[in-house]
Amino acid sequence: MAEYIIETTKGKWEVVVGLEIHCQIISKSKIFSSASTEFGDDPNVNVSFVDAGMPGMLPTLNKECVHQAVKTGLGLNAKINKYSEFSRKNYFYADMPTDYQITQFRYPIVGEGEIFVDLSDGSTKKIGIERMHIEQDAGKSIHDLNPTKSYIDLNRAGVGLMEIVTKPDFRSPEEAGAFLRKLRSILRYLGTCDGNMDEGSMRCDVNVSVRPVGSDELRTRCEMKNVNSVKFVMQAIESEAKRHIEVYENGGTIEQETRQFDPTTGQSKVMRKKEFAHDYRYFPEPDLPPLVLTDEYIEAVKAEMIELPDAKKQRFIETMGLTPYDAMVLCENKENAEFFEKAAAGHDAKKVANWMMSDFFAMLNKKRLDITQSPVSAENLGRLVELISTEVISGKIAKDVFEIMSETGENPEKIVEEKGLKQVTDTGAIETIIDTVIASNPDNVTAYKNGKTNLAGWFVGQVIKMSQGKANPAIVNKLVREKLDK
Amino acid sequence: MTEITTFSVAETLKALKNKEFSAVELTKAYLHNMENGRQYNAYITECADVALKQAEEADKRYINGTNRALEGIPLGIKDLFCTKDIRTTAASHILDNFVPPYESTVTQHLLDDGAVFLGKLNLDEFAMGGSNETSYFGPVINPWSKDKPLVPGGSSGGSAAAVAAHLCAAATGTDTGGSIREPAAFCGITGIKPTYGRCSRYGIVAFASSLDQAGPIAQDVRDCAILLKSMAGFDEKDSTSCNITVPDYESFLNREVKGLTIGLPKEYRPEGLNPEVAAYWDKAAEYLKARGANIKEISLPHTKYALATYYVLAPAEASSNLARYDGIRYGFRADGQHLDDLYINTRTQGFGAEVRRRIMIGTYVLSAGYYDAYFLKAQKMRRLIHNDFMNAFKECDVILTPTSPITAFPIGDESMLQNPINMYLNDVFTVSVNLAGLPALSLPIGLSATGLPYGMQLIGKPFDEGTLFNVAAKIETDAKFERK
Amino acid sequence: MAIDNLTVKRIAFLSRLKIEDEKIEATKEEFNKILNWIEELNEIDTNSVEPLISVNDATLRMREDVVTSGNCLKDILKNAPSAEYDYFAVPKVVE
Repeated sequence: MAEYIIETTKGKWEVVVGLEIHCQIISKSKIFSSASTEFGDDPNVNVSFVDAGMPGMLPTLNKECVHQAVKTGLGLNAKINKYSEFSRKNYFYADMPTDYQITQFRYPIVGEGEIFVDLSDGSTKKIGIERMHIEQDAGKSIHDLNPTKSYIDLNRAGVGLMEIVTKPDFRSPEEAGAFLRKLRSILRYLGTCDGNMDEGSMRCDVNVSVRPVGSDELRTRCEMKNVNSVKFVMQAIESEAKRHIEVYENGGTIEQETRQFDPTTGQSKVMRKKEFAHDYRYFPEPDLPPLVLTDEYIEAVKAEMIELPDAKKQRFIETMGLTPYDAMVLCENKENAEFFEKAAAGHDAKKVANWMMSDFFAMLNKKRLDITQSPVSAENLGRLVELISTEVISGKIAKDVFEIMSETGENPEKIVEEKGLKQVTDTGAIETIIDTVIASNPDNVTAYKNGKTNLAGWFVGQVIKMSQGKANPAIVNKLVREKLDK
Repeated sequence: MTEITTFSVAETLKALKNKEFSAVELTKAYLHNMENGRQYNAYITECADVALKQAEEADKRYINGTNRALEGIPLGIKDLFCTKDIRTTAASHILDNFVPPYESTVTQHLLDDGAVFLGKLNLDEFAMGGSNETSYFGPVINPWSKDKPLVPGGSSGGSAAAVAAHLCAAATGTDTGGSIREPAAFCGITGIKPTYGRCSRYGIVAFASSLDQAGPIAQDVRDCAILLKSMAGFDEKDSTSCNITVPDYESFLNREVKGLTIGLPKEYRPEGLNPEVAAYWDKAAEYLKARGANIKEISLPHTKYALATYYVLAPAEASSNLARYDGIRYGFRADGQHLDDLYINTRTQGFGAEVRRRIMIGTYVLSAGYYDAYFLKAQKMRRLIHNDFMNAFKECDVILTPTSPITAFPIGDESMLQNPINMYLNDVFTVSVNLAGLPALSLPIGLSATGLPYGMQLIGKPFDEGTLFNVAAKIETDAKFERK
Repeated sequence: MAIDNLTVKRIAFLSRLKIEDEKIEATKEEFNKILNWIEELNEIDTNSVEPLISVNDATLRMREDVVTSGNCLKDILKNAPSAEYDYFAVPKVVE
C-alpha cells in the first residue's frame, strides 16, 4: 500500500488511528425491554416502563441481541467469551432515563479479532479488533422545536448496540474508510446491523494521533465523536492529523480531549477537555447475573454462519475465474453477490461479471434502483450472456436486447425471437447478400483486386448492414474474402 | 378496637369462610382502627375506597365459593411497592406525587389471592434507615411507647407499627440490611426476609439491588407462612428471581425440630453484649434443646466485617439506583436554568439528609481511584462472609441469633443523630444475612426490664424458609410472648 | 485515605447534589469518620478472593425477542413534571 505520509517543511509524519463503532443491533424488541425497536414512529410510543426508567423497573436480556452479537463476533474472526458481565456506566444524561447505561466493561462478550481490508492499490491489510461489547442506546433530544427547551423522545432508548473497538492499526484515512466499508459489508451480510451511517444506526468515534515517520511511540490522541459517514471519517482523520502536526511543529503539545468534527468546515472543535472527563463509576449490574454461553450454543451459531465477503471473493476468483477487483466489487454487497451467483449459474461467469460491472450497474445507477428492484432478473441476465456465448446474437445486438430488457423485464430469448434478432449463420443466405453487394460495387471490387485489400472490411460492413446486423461477422468475413479472392 | 381486628390472618380466614363476619365489616373495622391510630403515623396514604371495593368483591366470592387464598384479608403495603393508580412515595419528597401506572409483582400476587389493600405504609426514605425517622412524612411511633415516643425500627417501621397496633391484618415489608427483622423485633411481631431471589423485585423501588428482598410482617409465624406463600414465586421480569418451587410453608409448622442442629455463632456474643439479650438467646436455645434439637456453637469468623462491607455495597448500588430521580420523567422537579441546575436543585431538595449522605458515600466508593480499595474490597469481603455461612451450614440446619442488640429507642435519640455509625451498628446481627442472600426470620421472645420486646433471629439455608417456620413455631409456642 | 474539601465538592457534583459552602467542612468530617470505619476491612487479606457478584450463583436468563410492551404514551408521560407535544420537556440542553 502506498504509504500515507504527511510531509511538511520540517518533517515527515504518519497518523495512528483507532476506531470505536456503535452498531444498532437488528432485533424486534429492545435489548433489555420488550418494547419495539421500530424507527420513525411518533415520540415516546415505543417506550416501556423499563425504557422510561420508572421506579422498580428491571432489565431482562433479549436472546436475539446475544445471538446477533455472537454472529457478529464470529464474522469479525473474534474470540467469543463464554463468560461476560453487564456493568453500569453512571452519568447524568437527559436522554438516558436511569442516568446510567447498561453496558459491558471488564468482561465483554467478544474478545480479540481481525478483519482484512482491500486497498486501492490491490493490497490487503489486517486490522485488529480489540473487543466488542453489547449495551443499550440512549434516547434522542430535539433542540429546535422551542427556543428555551429541549424535548426528549425515548423511542431509541434501550435499542441494542454493539460497540466494536479496533486496535490503533490504521495508518491512513483510506485504511479507515476501507475498514468501515468492509465492516458494514460484513454486518449487512450477517443481518446483524443495517449499517446506515446517515441514519445513525452505525456511528463512529475516531481516535487520532500522529508521530514522526520511523517512530513507534504512541502520542496523545484526540477522540472525535459521532462522525456519521465514511467520507467524513476520512476527512476528520486528515484534518485532525494536520492539526496535531501543526501544534507539534510549533512547539506545542496535544491535550487528550473529546472533539466534534464539523463536515461543513472540515474542522473539529473541542467538546470536552480531559479535566472535565466523566467519572463513570462502572460496577457490575446487580440486576443482571453474569451471562454464560455454552460451547454448544457457540457451535450452533457457528453452524448457521453464512459465507462472508472474503470467502466469497476468494471463491469467485478461484473457481469462477473472476479478477480480484471484479470479485471484490461484486462481494462488497451480499445482494450483488447473490445476484451474480444466480445469473452466472450455468453460464460464462466472467462474461456475466463483465456485464454486471458495466451495462447492468450503469442501468441501475441511471434508474436509481436498488439491485433487488432491478427490472432485469438474474436469470434473464444469465440467458442474455448465454445468447452471446452461443453466438445466437452478437455483442452489439445484445446491448439492444439489454436495453429492451431493462424497460420491459422480458426474457431475452423471447425478445430475440419476437424481434427476429437471431444472428444469421446460414452461409447460403449470407452468400446471397455478399453477391448483391459485390454486384452493385464493381469499382471497389476492381480496386480490391488491384491491391487495396483493406477494402475487405468495407465489404464486410456493407454485408452486415444489409443483414440489419444479424449476419454473423466471422462467417461474413470469411466468405467475403473467399468471394473477392476468387 | 373491635375484637375481629385482633385476629391473626389464619383466624380471620377461617371466620370469613364461616361467614362470622363479612369482608366489608372487617375492612371497615380496620379503617376505623386506622382513623383512631393516626397518632402512630403508620400510613402515608390510606385508600379506603379501593379497600372497600376489594372487600365487596371478596364477599361476593365467599358467597359464590370462588374465594382465594387471602380473600378479604386487609393488608398494609410498605410504600416502596409500586401499586397501580395508588400513589407510591418511598417516603420521599422526590416521589411524593408519583402514581405508578403498574403494579409490583409481589402486590399483584397478593391481589390475585384476594387481599384487600388498606393503604401505603410509612418507612425510612427509600428504605434507608433503621428507625423510620428519615421519612419525609415524619417518624412512625412504636405502639409499645410509654412515656416518650419510641421508634418502631426501620426501614419497614410503618409496617411493623401497623401490624402491632392492628391497623392492618398483616403487611408487606422489604429488607436490605434488616429492614423487616429489626422493626418486627422492636414492635413485638414476626417478619421474614426470604432468600434472595425468592420474591420478585419487579416494581419495588430499588435501594440496593443485590440485597433487597420483600417479605411479610405479621402477628405470628403462621401468618408469615401464609403470606410468604402468596408473595413468593418466580418472575421472568426479574432476572435475579429464582425458578424454585414455593412449598406450602404452613405445612412446615407441624414438623418436629427433633434431630435438627441449631447453630449459635460465637461471634454474635461479643463481650459487652446486653445480658438481657444473651439470656433470651440462651432461653430460645433451651426451648429447642428441650424438644430434641442439637445445639451447637458455630463460627462465622468474618461477622465483624459485615457492617462495613454492607455500608460500602449498599450505598454504592443506591447511588446508581437513585440517579434516575432527576426531575425529568416523574416525581418532584425544582427549577433550574440549565439542566444541571435542575438536577442539582431537584435532588438536593427532593432527597433527605440520610439519602443524600448514602448517595455521596456510594458515589465516592465507586469513583475512579477508589473502586478497588472500597467497592471491590467489599465484594471480596462479601464472598468471605457468604463462605462463612456455607461452611456453618455444613454443621447445622438453622442458625439462631438475637435480631438486634437493643430494644426500641426514643425518637430523636442524641447518640444516633450525632453519629450515623451508631445507627448503623444496630444492624450488626442482620446485615450479614443480606450479604449472603439467606432467609432469616425474626420473632418476639420476651420483654426487657423496661417492658419492650426483644426479637430472636433464625437464619436458614438458601430457599429453606420452611425449616425457619418449623423452628420459629416451636419457639413461639414455648415463649408465649404476649402481643400488643 | 482521608478526603479533602475539593473531593467532597467533586463527589457532590457527580451525585448532582449541592452542599452549602458552610457545610462542606462538616460533611468532610462525617465522610472521613465513615470511611475510617470502613477501612477496618483492610485487616483482611483478600488478594486471592473472588468478588461476589451474584449471590445465588445464577446465570443470566434470556427473553424471547417478542414485542410485548410499549404503546402506552399516556402512562409514560402522566407523571412527567413537564411534557409538551408528547415529549418530556427540559431546559434547553446546550451541547
